[in-house]
Formats: sequence, C-alpha cells, structure tokens
Amino acid sequence: MARSYITLDGNEAAAYTAYRVNEVIAIYPITPSSPMGELSDEWSAKGVPNIWGSVPRVIEMQSEAGAAGAVHGSLQAGALTTTFTSAQGLLLMIPNMFKIAGELSSTVFHIAARTVATHALSIFCDHSDVMTCRSLGWAMLFANDPQEVMDFALIAQAATLEARVPFLHIFDGFRTSHEVRKIEQLTEDDMRAMIDQNLVLAHRERAMTPDRPIIRGTAQNPDAFFQSRERSNPFYAATPGVVQKVMDKFAGIVGRQYHLFDYVGAPDAEYVIVMMGSGCGTVEETVQALLEKGEKVGLVKVRLFRPFSREHLLKALPTTVRAIAVLDRTKEPGALGEPLYQDVVTALGEAMMEDALPFERVPRVIGGRYGLSSKEFTPAMVKAVYDELAKDKPKNHFTVGIIDDVTYTSLDVDPTFSTEASDVVRAVFWGLGADGTVGANKNSIKIIGEETPNWAQGYFVYDSKKSGAVTVSHLRFGPRPILGTYLIQRANFVACHQFHFLERYNVLDLAEEGATFLLNSPYGPEEVWDHLPRSVQQQIIDKKLKFYVINAYDVAKRVGLGVRINTIMQTCFFAISGVLPREEAIEKIKDAIRKTYGRRGEAVVQQNFAAVDAALDNLFEVKVPAQATSTFDRPPVVPDHAPEFVKRVTAQLMAGRGDLLPVSAFPVDGTYPTGTTAWEKRNIALEVPVWEPDLCIQCGKCVYICPHSVIRAKVYDKELLANAPSTFKAVTAKWRELPEKMYTIQVAVEDCTGCQLCVEVCPAKDKSDSSRKALNMHPQIPLREQERANWDFFLSLPNVPKHDSLRFNNIKNVQLLRPLFEFSGACTGCGETPYVRLLTQLFGDRLYIANATGCSSIYGGNLPTTPYTTDDEGRGPTWNNSLFEDTAEFGLGMRLAINRQNAYARQLLEELRSLIADDELVDGLLNADQSDEAGIYAQRERVAKLKAKLAGNDHPRVRDLIAVADMLVRKSVWILGGDGWAYDIGYGGLDHVIASGENVNILVLDTEVYSNTGGQMSKATPLGAVARFAAGGKPTAKKDLGMMAMHYGNVYIAQVAMGANELQTLKAFLEAEAYPGPSIIIAYSHCIAHGIDMSRGHIHQKLAVDSGYWPLYRYNPLLASQGENPFQLDSNGPTIPLKEYVGKEGRYRILMQANPEAAERLIHEAQEVVEQKWKYYRMLAGKGS
Amino acid sequence: MSIDFSTTYMGLKLRNPLVASSSPLSHKIDTICKLEEAGIGAVVMYSLFEEQITLESQQLDYFLTHGTESYAEALSYFPDIGEYNVGPDEYLSLIRKAKETVNIPVIGSLNGVSAGGWVKYARLIEQAGADALELNVYYLPTDPNMPGTEVEQMTVDVVKAVRSEVSVPLAVKIGPFFSSIPNVARRLVDAGANALVLFNRFYQPDIDIENLEVVPHLVLRDSDELRLPLRWTAILYGRVSADLAITTGVHTYRDVLKGLMAGAKVTMMASELLQNGLGRIRQILQEIESWMVEYEYSSVQQMIGSMSQRKVAEPAAFERANYMKVLDSYPRLI
Repeated sequence: MARSYITLDGNEAAAYTAYRVNEVIAIYPITPSSPMGELSDEWSAKGVPNIWGSVPRVIEMQSEAGAAGAVHGSLQAGALTTTFTSAQGLLLMIPNMFKIAGELSSTVFHIAARTVATHALSIFCDHSDVMTCRSLGWAMLFANDPQEVMDFALIAQAATLEARVPFLHIFDGFRTSHEVRKIEQLTEDDMRAMIDQNLVLAHRERAMTPDRPIIRGTAQNPDAFFQSRERSNPFYAATPGVVQKVMDKFAGIVGRQYHLFDYVGAPDAEYVIVMMGSGCGTVEETVQALLEKGEKVGLVKVRLFRPFSREHLLKALPTTVRAIAVLDRTKEPGALGEPLYQDVVTALGEAMMEDALPFERVPRVIGGRYGLSSKEFTPAMVKAVYDELAKDKPKNHFTVGIIDDVTYTSLDVDPTFSTEASDVVRAVFWGLGADGTVGANKNSIKIIGEETPNWAQGYFVYDSKKSGAVTVSHLRFGPRPILGTYLIQRANFVACHQFHFLERYNVLDLAEEGATFLLNSPYGPEEVWDHLPRSVQQQIIDKKLKFYVINAYDVAKRVGLGVRINTIMQTCFFAISGVLPREEAIEKIKDAIRKTYGRRGEAVVQQNFAAVDAALDNLFEVKVPAQATSTFDRPPVVPDHAPEFVKRVTAQLMAGRGDLLPVSAFPVDGTYPTGTTAWEKRNIALEVPVWEPDLCIQCGKCVYICPHSVIRAKVYDKELLANAPSTFKAVTAKWRELPEKMYTIQVAVEDCTGCQLCVEVCPAKDKSDSSRKALNMHPQIPLREQERANWDFFLSLPNVPKHDSLRFNNIKNVQLLRPLFEFSGACTGCGETPYVRLLTQLFGDRLYIANATGCSSIYGGNLPTTPYTTDDEGRGPTWNNSLFEDTAEFGLGMRLAINRQNAYARQLLEELRSLIADDELVDGLLNADQSDEAGIYAQRERVAKLKAKLAGNDHPRVRDLIAVADMLVRKSVWILGGDGWAYDIGYGGLDHVIASGENVNILVLDTEVYSNTGGQMSKATPLGAVARFAAGGKPTAKKDLGMMAMHYGNVYIAQVAMGANELQTLKAFLEAEAYPGPSIIIAYSHCIAHGIDMSRGHIHQKLAVDSGYWPLYRYNPLLASQGENPFQLDSNGPTIPLKEYVGKEGRYRILMQANPEAAERLIHEAQEVVEQKWKYYRMLAGKGS
Repeated sequence: MSIDFSTTYMGLKLRNPLVASSSPLSHKIDTICKLEEAGIGAVVMYSLFEEQITLESQQLDYFLTHGTESYAEALSYFPDIGEYNVGPDEYLSLIRKAKETVNIPVIGSLNGVSAGGWVKYARLIEQAGADALELNVYYLPTDPNMPGTEVEQMTVDVVKAVRSEVSVPLAVKIGPFFSSIPNVARRLVDAGANALVLFNRFYQPDIDIENLEVVPHLVLRDSDELRLPLRWTAILYGRVSADLAITTGVHTYRDVLKGLMAGAKVTMMASELLQNGLGRIRQILQEIESWMVEYEYSSVQQMIGSMSQRKVAEPAAFERANYMKVLDSYPRLI
C-alpha cells in the first residue's frame, strides 16, 4: 500500500498509530491530550479495525488514576493496551506506572507534555510532567513534530514489545499536539511489518490466566525486595540497543532514519545545543542559517531520554565540540541543574573520569531553561544561546525567552535576528472564534498540503476567554519541509477578520515590508482609510503594504451565513496571496467545502459555494494615501486611574505584551489582586440591552439571570440624581420598604456579551406594541460613549445595605445586592455563572471558594483578568483552585482552618477578658447570633471595636487575638465545581466530605458533560445524549447524585434550575448556607456543549423541569428534626413528554439525525426513567406512589 | 349483489376511494402496512418539506460549529458521528420500502420553496418509486405590493416546472384563498396537474392574551370543515379536466359519500384516524357498504359527481342560494 501525504496535528498522528496497534484504550480527558482519546473513541464507534482486524475497545474512566488502573489490569490480562494523557493526569497515573514497569509490561503511553500546576495552572507545554516520571522505570522517547509523532508511536510500540520496558512516547503539548503539518502517513502494512507477531504472542503468554495460574503483585520483605528490583537491570541495559535496532528497521521499511541521539549541524561544530522536544525544529532552522554564515554550530536531538545511553550521546557529539548548552524545558527549583543538563554532565563527567571522552578537548557544559508553559522559543533565542556558548565565561543555569531582572539568569536576545525564508508564505490571521477563522485556515492547510507539492504548517493561538474569543492563526507554506516551531515573526500576509481589532491590538506588528494586508471592513475601499487608527495608517505606509478590503459580514449576511465569514475570508486569501492560481484555488475551496459540509446537508454546501462566488466580487484593493491622516489612535488599554498593578502588569497581559514583562513584575507566590475584569473593557457585544423605564415592573429577573453581571439595579435617594449624566434613566422605585426612592437598571455595555438572556426573560411588554419590552437589544457602538458615563455614574450610587430594612429572600430584593463576581470570560449566555453571581451577592462578603478545575476555574481565575471582586468595605470572595480531583477536601481544609482559628480566638477572648476590660463586648463577641445579615454586621462592629481597643498592645497573646479576631465573624465555605469533578474524578472526596458532617457547602454546576475540555461524557450525562465518548448516545441513565447524598440523612441537598424556578433556587442557597452541616446544591446549567441557542437557556431549563427530567427538590435534615418530611418536591410532575424537551437540544438531535432508530429507543428508555424516578420522588415527598 | 368500491385516481386503480392523506400516519413503514391491512385505498406520504431540509441542515451545521475553534481546551463540543440524515434520504428510502412492502398506490408529497428545490425533490421522489406525486403548494403573501395574480402564477409555474421533469401523475394540493378558484384550477390543470386536492389547511396561530405571545395552535379537523371543499368540488367537477380529491373534513362514511357525490374521485382522511385509530377505516368502509346496499348503489363510480353543480337539480344552490338558505334557516334555529 503506497503512503500518502496528509495534513494533521500531532494528536491525530499519535492516535492514528496507537489505535491501530492496540486492543484496549482506557482514557480520561485532559488538555492537550484529549483529542487522542476522542479520535480513538470515534474510530471505535465507527468500527475502524486495528492491524489485526479487531476493533479496539475505548473506555473513558473516572480519572487518570482509574485509566491507569484499567490499563494495568488489561495488560496483566494480556491485551495490547494504551492510554493518552498530560500533566496532572500523568501524575495521577504514577503509582500504577511504577507497578507496570516493575512487572515489565509492554505498553506505550502517549503524552502531550504539559506544565504541571504550581503557583498557577497552565494548560500549555513544558516537560515538568514527564520529568516527574524519570524514576518510574519507563523508557522515555521524545518526538519533535507530527511526523515524528506518528513514526515514534510505532517505534515505541515495536520497541516495548521487545524490550519489555514500558514506554512514554512524549511530544510537546499544543506546539506539536495541535500543530497541523503535512506529513507522510504510515500505512497499516508498515505497522504490520514493524510489529513482531512473536513478541505480541509473548506478551499474551506472560499474561495472567487461570489456565496457567501465576501470582504477581506480591508483598515482599527486606530479604527479597532489593534484589528483585535489581533483577530487571538487564532489560534497561538492553533497551537503548533495542530502540536503535527498531529505528534501523523502521528506516529500512519507511525510509526515515532516526537515532537515539540525532546530530545536525557542522561536522566540525564547536558549539552544540543538546535538547529534546519541538524546540529542536527551531534550533535546526537556526543552525542551517548560521551554517550558511560559516558558523560552527550543531544540535543534538535527544530521542531516547530514558534509559539514557552515555555511549550513544558521546558518539553523537562532534569531536570538535568546545562548549555544550543543554536546554531543558522544565524547572527543578533547588536542583543543581535541570534533568537533561544533569544527565549530560554526568555522562561527560563519568566518561572523563574513565578517560573515555572522545573529544579534542573537555567541553564546557552549561544548562539553561526555555519555553516553560509554551513560552515562545525563537531563532533569535537560539542565536543568543550560541552566542553565550562562544563567550569565555558563559552563563550557566541561564534562562532564555524572558527578562530575569531578579536573579539575572536570562540571556540577552537580539529581536532583529530572523531565519524566516523569503520563499515561504508566512500568513497571520486575526479572527474571532465565532467567525470560523481557524476552521477555514485548517481547510486551507489541507488544500495546500494535500493538493499541491508545497509543505504546510499551521499553529493556532487561542484566547483564554470563552466569549468574544480572539484567535490568531500562523500558517506557513513553502517548497521545503518546515522546521521552525515558533510563531511567525515576519509575515508577508496579514489578515484581520474583525475591524475592531485594529483598535485593540497591534495587528500589523508582524507584517514585513511589502506584505499584503486583508481587512474585513464595514467600509469600502474609498472610505476605509479615514476609519483606521493613525498608527495603523502609518504602518501601512511605512511598510508599503498592499491593502485589500472586503465587507465580509455583508456578504455573509446576503448568502445566509450570518456571522460565519470563514469561507469568504479564505477565498480572499487564496485570491490575493498567490499561493495557487485563482481558478484552481476556487475549485479546491469548493471541493473542500463539499468535504467539510457535505454530510451536514446540501443547503449548507450551497450557502458556502455562494459565499465563495460573492467574495471575489466584493474584494477591493485600497489605494494607500501617502500620509497618515487620522486624528485618533488606539486608546490606552486601561484608564489612568486604574490601580498600579493593573497598569503595570495586567494591562500588559491584556494587550498581548506579557512576554515583555520582566520577572520582577510578577508576584512571588501566585497571589494576585481580585476584581481586575472591571478594567478590561472588551466591547464584544454587537447589540446590548436598553432599558425602558416606563415599561419596567422592577421584578429583577434580568439581573437574576445575567451570566456576566452586566445588568444591575439600584434604589437610591432622588437627590443623588442631581449630577447624573443627561441620558441616565431613573423611575420611582416600587418598594414599600423604600419609599420615595428612585430606581435604575443600568447596563455595562462595554462588558456585556450580548447574550440576550435578560431580554428573553423580561416579562414586561408594551400593551400597545407587544414587540417592545422593558429591555430591547440595540446596536452597541452608538450607545458606547453615553452608557460608559452612565455606568460610571451608576457605580457611584450607593448600594442598599445588606443588614438594613430589606430581607433578601425574594428575587426583587436580591437584584439590589451587588454582585462580587462580574464580567467573567465565560461563554456568552453561560448557564453556570448566574449561580456563581447569586452566591457572591448573598454571601460574597464572607465567602471562601474552593474551586475545582474546569470551566468555573477558568472563567473564575484565568489571567489576565479575574472576575471575583470586592464590596464597598473591601470584602469579597477569596478564591483558590487546588486540583481537579481534590476540591471537596480542599474546601473542607479551609473550614477546618476557620473553625480552629475561631476556637482559638474565643479561647483568647476568655483569656484576655480582664485585659480587654469590656465584658459586654467580650460576651457579645462570644455569644453573637450571626444567623442573619444584621447579626453578622453587629459582630463585625464588635470585632472592629475589639481591634481598636487592642491596637498598639504588643503583648504576644493580644497580637494573636488581633490576627484571628476576624474569624469571630461568620465565614462561609463554598466548594464549586462541575459534574466532571462532582460525579467522577472528585466523587470519592465529595462523598467523604459530606459524610464528615462539617459545615461546608457544595455547588455542583451541572452541565452534564466535561464542558471545559470539549463536552466529554460524565456520569451526569443523560441517557440518550450525544457527548464525546458517547457518540452513539449515552446508553445509561444519569447518576442521581442528590439521592446518593440523601442516604446520609444529615446532608442538606437541593436540586435547582434557575431558569425554571428562580425563587426555589434562591431558597436553596439560603437554606444551604444556613444549614449547620454539609450541603450540596445540584444546579442545572445549560451549556454551549448542549447544542442550544444560548439566549434561550432558561427555556431549556424550564423544559427540563416540565418534562420531569429535572425535578426540583430540597432535602433539609432540619425539617426531620422538627418532625416534618425533610424531602420537599418543588416542581410538578411531568407535564410534557421528554421528547418535547430533548428534541430542542443539539446533543439529542444529532443522534436523531445520525441514527433515528437508536435515538428513538434511547429517548423511550429515558422517558421510562423519568417516570420511574418521578414516582419514587413523589413517594419520598409523601405524595403517594 | 356485489358492490364495486373501486375508483381511479390520476389513472391509478384504487380498491376503494378512501385514501390516507399526508400526515404523520406515513412516518413509519409499520403504520403504512397497517393502513393497507385496514383496507385503505392508497396512501399519500407525509410531506417532504424543502424548507425543513434546509433548516435542519443549517441547524446541524450551527450545532456542530457553534463555539468551536475558539478556546484551546475545547476546540469542538461533539464527536464526529459520520453521516447525518439531513437530506431527503430518509424520506426517499421510506418510499422505496413502502413500494416494496405494500400493494396499494403510494403517493409522494412535496412542499418546496425554491424553483430548483421543487424540481429536484420531485425527481427524487419519482425515482424512489412513488406511484404519483402530490405537490403541497402554499404561499402566504404578506407583501401588500404583491398582487394575487403573482401568487397564482407562482403556483402555476411550480406545477409547470415539475411537470416538465417528472412523468408520474401529478396532484396539486391548493388552499382555498384564491379569488377565482375555478380559474386557478384550470390553469393548474393546463400546467400539467392530473388532480386537484381540496384543500390545504394552514396551522393558524393563536394569541396568548396574558403573556402577549403568539402561540402555535393545532386543532384536528372535524366534519364541519367538509363544507368548503365539498362546495368547490361540486363546482369544479366537470369544469376542469382533472381528478378531484377532498382532504379536509372527512370523518365519517357520510362525509366520504358526500365527497364522492360532489365529484371527488377519492376522499382523504387523517385527523379521524389519528384521533380514533386505524380501526375506523374498516368501520367506515363497512358503513359505506351498508349504506350502498340500503340505497341500492352497485358501484362507487355511480355516485361520483352525482351531486356536482352540473348535475344537481338546482345548480345555484352551490352559489348565492346556498347563502340565502342558511339565512332562512337561522331564525328557525333560535
């Protein structure tokens, strides 16, 4: 079978091989390795066989620890087994990996290397995860690009079968796992030729079977263990030779020759870099450029890091070498050097001691760190390393790629140094996630990579915001294989798919002289110039750019594509970039459209065809004037009155200039100020809600549902309106308790995402024109200036005190509570964030949040800006994210610490009673009733009085008391996470914590899938819904978490759906907080992964409840102690068939369209589950069966 | 005396004039078989809606693309399942299956939007083996600048376009809202229609007066609705050279007999079967037989058109006089 050239990313390359040479695949989703498992699952669902003709079984486990356990078991029972993971996932596998290696089991784990969370979580790449595996007894093979990933996946599999040592096949997360490249695809014949069937049989023969029983996994005593550990030495000694033999065999079959250490560069090189991973590509490109200048440089690419072969390393290095720089993509604080550096030094040191160094002179070895968390690693940085090596006294333990002004480790880098080849098309595209830019670019790479002799590469930089997400695509096309693994430094084509980016980003920064600039512009070729910021005009002139415009949104609207401008912009790229002849390009784009959209129906294909044709007619070149004429420019990122840290650090991160911040700019321990989203005015909404005071009934529903806390209400004294801006709106407030006050609903239009939920939920309509509500969407731009002033004025108005006349037990009053969670980067119309906002409104001033990893930790704590903020007194939620799996325990720890300090404070109060000399105060502090806001307020007053009294007293016990006095005020601990955490990976901890009886509150934001990693099935996923790992619809019913918790009897439990019953949700939050033991709220959270119109999320919630799928209930153990039934059913029985609900959601409809029979069967089963469950709930509620 | 129940419709031989009209009854092959077993004369399939195919395709594309390629950890949200039934394939395969399984005529039904769509899908339905095709034509003009003649011409053009591409018999199901139904009927027949089906009925929206919302409202039909098609069948019979079918208000054997007498070759029912089950077919056929025995009819053919306007003693009764008669009877009722 002939090999073909295809374009794919590293994850697909790994999965392609791994799937075909294995029988069992146990996985758990984690970025950036999730796609490997997802692809395997899709192939398995479609019946794609492995090379032996059987279809591998793919199973999703509850955690990586579970996956490793399943792999271990499968290996022991004789199946060829694999898994895919990264970072913390790999760490969770470690205990089993020790066992697997100790038992000399042949397997390959494919690892997209990712940073392990330390002071912060990072999804990006370094080798800190795999370096924790050095001691496990696994071989570690590094692939540097997608071609090598496909090749090494096979080489590792062949080698492990022979060596019996298990293998980690490692490649860099994102840079390799997500980089799209043109590669030569291995065939199944190649795989069959490489895999020795006798070794497969040997693997099976070693397996456990009652037919030839053995025992493994024994416990051993001091008399046996040590010797047994040493018994496996011969296998490790043989492994390097086995790997090289397999590499040689691979070269014979496929043609690509690899070595344990591959050297590239001058044969007589004096300065050599030793490293592994994707950075090797950039070094190789730089070496080629430097060789042309006559420099004697080289690179050793380390392939097999473990077992480390000193012999092979020494052979790979040129004998002429004078100095070696070992680059590690990891940091080991406190070590003498990073792992690869230490190994190289040890190898050379040992050889030197044995007088076995093969070099003309003893080379100097220095070590350096680069690329942590995917920090860019460019040819200029490589040049800096070589320059350092050439110095008399080069810096050891250096860093490159950052400016270290604290411990001065960094090398100076000449930013003008470039190795970009002039015959390579280097195109950069700025787009929005929603406009389809990345998808179009992936299509373009496919077209060019697979349909022309050109080589192609694509890498995509995504946003950490989920709404209004910016994407930057970096595409290279050229006549030679592309080596560089860095973002494009000099672009000869720049496209900006969003006009407003010109005001936010330096879009043309990367454009080189004479480059082509394509702009999606609402203004035509004659008008556009006057609408460009002055600096953009100047760049166009100075860089002599060829400038084209198209009104892509207009074209898209005309052909019915809405905001999807991808096809239009792609067509323009081909039309003006000259990569392909225009006619040929159009034909190929249309072929690609048919391939991409064909299965979704002819209508979509035809719309895209129409877009291609219309694009060319609307593409215009702009005649560039000689002078910049605009009188406006990009505004400052944050205003002058922003806090110092925000101006100095946050603003730089927001503007995409974070790489330029020096080390000293950052906190030493990952501690950051809160409330920074307020400074990031993203202006992402095309339309925003506008309030009509004459229609408003002041119900507060809009404030209650807003996922982004951008619509707010205040009641205030009329006199305060004296200084209001002229367009500020107000009406008389309709509160009995607040007579003669004014009321305003104000929208933060610069923070609004335009989700429309507030408009949809608004019940107030004009009696003469029912299309007019009290809230209506209007274009944002014309309103921006006036509403900015109105918002600022609104913020200056006082908030209603929490402890005063109002009780916050109804929606109307709650709208007046200031949210202490605002402007998060959650998806537009997110179903989770309204619950989080409500939590902060009610208890934010005393709130500890332990947050599980997932969506809520990303929109809650991803830099550059974070949404938790403070009230007028400076109090607010304090937030931390530990891990994915331990959040309940993490929160419990907080509660224990609070309780302990509270007890200590009470002890000190008694102890220091005479010194305080105010019995009333001490008794008040000790006996305070803090069951309501007034009580908490009074206690805070007492604490303030105590602190004032004790101020200046240096007695150690007094200082102790002052330090813990705030703990006398009630504190609230809330544990937040999604269903992936609560139902799966964190369930063990959650179960233990609720069994503890401690006073913690758990909020499960139940989206019924792992939303943050792309919608993988969890045990919360409903029967019949399609999710990743449930491509055929989930065959089992959702786990009833609430009912399981109920069996403890002492846990407060509520199941809520804000969109179905606002008041029941509010009651649940208040009761959970008031309950003196553990509580858990399971909150239906509609999600982008449900395939719904997010502006109607609340309607889906209502349908879920009306169908009986999501019964609302509260279980309050306090009622039982009062002799009442603790279980209260808050919703009516099913009033609509389940089909009426699920038929409106993409997650179900996709199956209805793909496999109608299966969908019907599953929905029928799901209906039965609903009915059975409802009967059971009714019985519990004492309403009969 | 044996009674001949057979009729012909667009040249198709039917064992009786009771036809299942286009409805959810034909969504499944099992139900189509049951219709046959129950004695139905022919089945008109549920309508293939071009607009629905387009919307489903666009909706699927939206679901599969919305939120994708935006955020590094979740580049998409659904697995790639493979093929989706968003086109007409499921519909066409049902026709194929029906033709393989039942012996009664199977009539396809199509509602198009674009000129190209009508022709394309009509051809596909013909290729799938349908014995005939019913074009379910309706257009709700909301533009005050659009004259009625334009609406009429659009309908005629659709029929012409489809006629030129397919050779199976063609029925056209029209609405009652034309100023001159006979004129439109003649033009449709001239354009190639072999039968006219009276009438299409729109879902009429309702208003929720508390929430100020327009809500969809579907009421299953009853015999009162027979009056309108009955009159126009009676008027059109003999005036246009096409078969006539009544598809609104047929619930009882008496309705069937009335329809036939007015001039329909077949009468179609769905609401009655949806409400009261397929057992009604056998019952109605038996009741027709009893009635025909009692009134000494030997064949259905005998009565077709016997009460059409051309054949009644007082043709004007279908026109103005009818109106007068109702008025006359009004005082007596109160």
